[in-house]
Amino acid sequence: MNSLDPRVNRLDVSKTMDGGLLTNSHLITWEVFHQDKRGKQVVHCGIVHANTPEMALILAKEQYARRGKTTNLWVAKTSDVFTFNSEDEDIFETTPEKTFRDPGFYKVRDRIEKYQQQNKLNV
Amino acid sequence: MYGSTNLTEEEAKRMSTTQEDPEKLEAFEARIARGEKIEPQDWMPAEYRKQLIRMIEQHAHSEIVGALPEGTWITRAPNFRRKLALIAKVQDEVGHGQLLYSAAETLGKTREQMLNDLMSGKSKYSNIFNYPAVTWADIAVIGFLVDGAAIVNQTINSKGSYGPYCRALERICYEESFHLKQGHDNVVYLATGSKIQRDMLQAAINRWYRPLLHFFGPPDKMSAHSEKLMKWKVKLASNDEMRNQFLDMYVPKILELGLTFPDPNLRKNNEGIWEFSDPDWDEFKRVINGDGPCNKERLAVRRYAEEAGRWVRQALMNPKDKYQVPLA
Repeated sequence: MNSLDPRVNRLDVSKTMDGGLLTNSHLITWEVFHQDKRGKQVVHCGIVHANTPEMALILAKEQYARRGKTTNLWVAKTSDVFTFNSEDEDIFETTPEKTFRDPGFYKVRDRIEKYQQQNKLNV
Repeated sequence: MYGSTNLTEEEAKRMSTTQEDPEKLEAFEARIARGEKIEPQDWMPAEYRKQLIRMIEQHAHSEIVGALPEGTWITRAPNFRRKLALIAKVQDEVGHGQLLYSAAETLGKTREQMLNDLMSGKSKYSNIFNYPAVTWADIAVIGFLVDGAAIVNQTINSKGSYGPYCRALERICYEESFHLKQGHDNVVYLATGSKIQRDMLQAAINRWYRPLLHFFGPPDKMSAHSEKLMKWKVKLASNDEMRNQFLDMYVPKILELGLTFPDPNLRKNNEGIWEFSDPDWDEFKRVINGDGPCNKERLAVRRYAEEAGRWVRQALMNPKDKYQVPLA
C-alpha cells in the first residue's frame, strides 16, 4: 500500500487486511457522573466501556474532562443503576389537589387588605 | 454529511409503519410534534430506531475515520503549537466517535457490531474522508471548511428528536468550534504568508472544493425524500438547504483573503441561493461505493488497529461480565 502517511507504509497494513473481526465480546458499560465545581451536584454525563472501575475512571477523565473545569468524576456499572419504567412517567405529575405543597398556593394579600379596609386600619 | 439520511427510492417505499400499534404511534408522533425528546426506554416505531441507528452509526464512523487523514500530519506539523492543536483535535474526533457509538448503543446495536460493520464495509462513513491530505495546507482546509460543514450539519441535527443523539451533538458542537477556530487561524496564517504558502493553500482549496459540495449529499431533486423522517425529526433540513447555509457562511471567508474557488459559476443569485457547476455526482457515487483515492487505506488501517490491539482487549475481558445496553 502506497500511503502519504509514512507510518502506514512502515506498518505494511496490507498484511493484516484479511484479519478476522472481533468476535462478539463486550467490555461492560459504566455510567459516568461529572462535577464541575466543588459544592455543586454530580450530574450524569454519559458512559464508557471498561472492565474495572479504575479503567472506567481513566477513560471517563479522557472523555468527559478534557476541557473546562472538573472537580470529580463518579462511575457506576450500568447494571447497578435502577430506574422507573419510562412509560410510568405520569406517576410524577403533580395532581391539582396537591398544590398545597407549593409556595404559590398560599395567597394571603387579599385577605389582609380586606381586613384592613373593614377595620379602617392605617399602617 | 456525517450521518446520511439519504434513502434510495426503494428504501423510501419500504419504510412502513403499518405493523405498528396506531395508538402508540400517534402518541409518539404527538410527543415529537410538541418538541419533546424521545429517550432510549420509550416506545418507538421500528423504522425510527433503524434509521437512527444507521445515521448515528455512520456519524460515529465518520469521526473515527476522519481522524486518519489529519493524524497523518501530526508528526510533520510545522511547529509545536500547531502540533499540540492537531493532537487535541484528533483526540476530540475519536472522542466524538465514542460519544456517538454510545448514543447508537442505547438503541440496541452494540459497539462491536458497529465496528465490525465498518470494517467489513457494510456501513458507510462520510465520503469526504476518502480523499487524502496531500500537504499541510490540506490540514488547514480540513480544519476550517470540512469542520465548518460538519458544524452546519451537526447544529441542525442537534435539534432532532432523539435525546441521547442531541446531547452528544451539543457536546460535539462545542468542541468542534475550537476545531473551526484553529482551522481558520491556520488558513489565515498561510494566506497571509509567503507566496509558496499562499499557492499551497490555494491548491488545497481547489482539491477540496468538490468533495465539500458532495459533503451534504446529492441534490434534493436527485434524492428520495422521506416525509416520515422529517416528521419524526430525524432529518431536519434538506441537503440543498444545508449546502446553501454552508456556502453562505464560508465562501465569503475564503474570498476575503483574496483566494478563489475553482468554479467560475459559483455565485449567489438574487434569491439568496448559491449556484455552482455540477460537482460530478457520478464521482460522488463512485467514491462512496469504494472507488476513491483512500477507501482501501482507511479500512486497512482500521483493521490493522483492531487486530494489533486485540490481545489487549482479550487480556482485559472478564468472563463473568455481562453486557447491558447503556441507559442514556
